[in-house]
Amino acid sequence: MLQTTFVLAFREIRRHILRSFLTLLGIVIGVFSVITMVTLGNGATEAIRTSIASLGSDVLQIRPGQNAGPGGGNGEVPPPFDPADVEAIREQISGVTAVTGLAQTQGSAIRNAQNWSTTISGTTNGYFIAQKWALSKGRQFSPGEEQAGKSVCVIGQTIVDNLFKGIDPVGQNFRIKGISCSVVGVLEARGQGNFGNDQDDTVIMPIKAVQRQMTGNQDIRAIMVGLNPEYDAATIRKSITGLLRERRGLGSDKADDFNVLDAKQISDTVSGTVNILTMLVGGVAGVSLLVGGIGIMNIMLVSVTERTREIGIRLAIGALSHEVLLQFLVEAIVLSCLGGITGMVLALMACVIAAPLMGLPFLFDVQINALSFLFSAQIGVVFGYFPARRAARLNPIEALRYD
Amino acid sequence: MAEPLIALRGVTKTFGEGDAAFQALRGVDLEVTQGDFVAVMGASGSGKSTTMNILGCLDTPSSGSFIFKGGHVEQLDVDQRAMLRRRYLGFVFQGFNLLARTSALENVELPLLYRGEAPQNRHKIAMTALDRVGLVPWADHTPAQLSGGQQQRVAIARAIVTEPDILLADEPTGNLDSERSVEIMELLTQFNTDLGITILMVTHEAEMAAYARTIIRFKDGVVEAVERR
Ligand SMILES: Nc1ncnc2c1ncn2[C@@H]1O[C@H](COP(=O)(O)OP(=O)(O)OP(=O)(O)O)[C@@H](O)[C@H]1O
Ligand SMILES: [Mg+2]
Repeated sequence: MLQTTFVLAFREIRRHILRSFLTLLGIVIGVFSVITMVTLGNGATEAIRTSIASLGSDVLQIRPGQNAGPGGGNGEVPPPFDPADVEAIREQISGVTAVTGLAQTQGSAIRNAQNWSTTISGTTNGYFIAQKWALSKGRQFSPGEEQAGKSVCVIGQTIVDNLFKGIDPVGQNFRIKGISCSVVGVLEARGQGNFGNDQDDTVIMPIKAVQRQMTGNQDIRAIMVGLNPEYDAATIRKSITGLLRERRGLGSDKADDFNVLDAKQISDTVSGTVNILTMLVGGVAGVSLLVGGIGIMNIMLVSVTERTREIGIRLAIGALSHEVLLQFLVEAIVLSCLGGITGMVLALMACVIAAPLMGLPFLFDVQINALSFLFSAQIGVVFGYFPARRAARLNPIEALRYD
Repeated sequence: MAEPLIALRGVTKTFGEGDAAFQALRGVDLEVTQGDFVAVMGASGSGKSTTMNILGCLDTPSSGSFIFKGGHVEQLDVDQRAMLRRRYLGFVFQGFNLLARTSALENVELPLLYRGEAPQNRHKIAMTALDRVGLVPWADHTPAQLSGGQQQRVAIARAIVTEPDILLADEPTGNLDSERSVEIMELLTQFNTDLGITILMVTHEAEMAAYARTIIRFKDGVVEAVERR
């Protein structure tokens, strides 16, 4: 019975290829645009996410300072952190891969006649872990160098370009903020950071060297915390905030006097925005899918009129009215599903071609594909039903007389 | 005489309502016995087609009863009547009424499809029916590629493919020249005698009615006369 209906429906579709094709077209375009938009949108989101992640997601940066805003910022400069804060985070917070304090200062780097003003960061090897920043040459600090606060450094590519043009900097000496320092390693080039800053314009030294010979105090300007991605970042963030509030003696009536900056958060915000855009464009495309559905209804209705006589013949030679209904319904569903599949295949082909051209990754989104397909099948049911019912209700005598 | 296969008793049919109401049948009584070949004649507008539609379970009487194989058809619902059509009735129309763009074979197969016949059987039975009307070489032709006489033969093959008890033909030769008409009448006669199919045929032409054993004459919505030969 159902098989019969399918046979009839397929015969009918084959017999009217052009009409079937036109009916399909609306659905094809609808499904095509939904899937293309969403797939490329997802690719864009992913591209943004990875580019931000490569700049150190899974890293928290904690700095003294107040949040601007109502009730915050009373003019006092909040105190810096001290080495014990770093120790406390390392020992008391679970889910952190590396914790390292950062003592920062500005200074001139001088070699031969070249002079370059840069940022000097005093830190530990944990910094490289937290920042997921590998070395292109040389090595990290040895435990002895960190312990003793030796005057050694790992330098960024910008320093290499400005002070060591054409020579291997590893093992070389130069003067930085008045002291002599020998290069043990070179960082991989990273280019611009999130905020347009040159990340490679940096000199990294053991924290003790910077504190003792440059800043002259134990102050820590920033704490970098590497996060184990298996732990929930928000939870870690909360426990760090709690711990630091306690250590800094902030009562419950006081606002935080430090910021926990989270690259992941920035990334989430940005990709959230892109997601909204994707949904918006996808929604517009969805409307075109709906229009495609109305197209199906239109053509099915026309074909009921066109095929009135045929329906009369079918009824006269023994078709039950629900069989006629089913035939029309199956025709509509088969058409819209065919349209759905065609649209899907075309969209995936377009995405595979377009994504690399646009510099985006191609991400196959099972959900949107399944959804578009089901939706187009649904369209067949909904918009096919009305014409089908009309066909089934025809009076066979009148239908036979129709021309 | 045996129990009639079909009996109409006091059948009326009114089209429209109120002032526009028109009574096309005003109390038709008739009986058809199994195996008969009946020609229905009468002036235009006398109610022949209306009666055929009722007999064909395509329409229902306004009053009166229609007894088929001892059962009251006027009490059946739409689907039950459709089942009667599917099982016991075959139709041939003046305008052939074949499905366009559909091969002769597929047209003949159609009733079998609705009856749920398996594909292999379908093909075999349909080819047998086409053979009976001498159209096997034209099995793949669509109606547009067939002459009027050939189209009507396909329609007859389609009507008898399910081996119905009754074949209802409303002016089957109305659109054909006399030579083609004779061919059709010979086919009908052959099915009547060889397969024992009861035939009811509307015709305006005395030469065609001459093939029948019984002639029922209509006049103004009632049966005027029944002639048996
Ligand atoms: N659906 C309908 N609505 C209104 N009147 C109808 C309808 N069908 C038939 N009639 C009327 O009923 C009467 C009988 O019609 P019917 O078709 O049975 O005549 P007929 O004997 O077959 O004539 P013909 O030889 O011309 O085919 C006619 O006057 C016709 O106008
Ligand atoms: Mg008539």
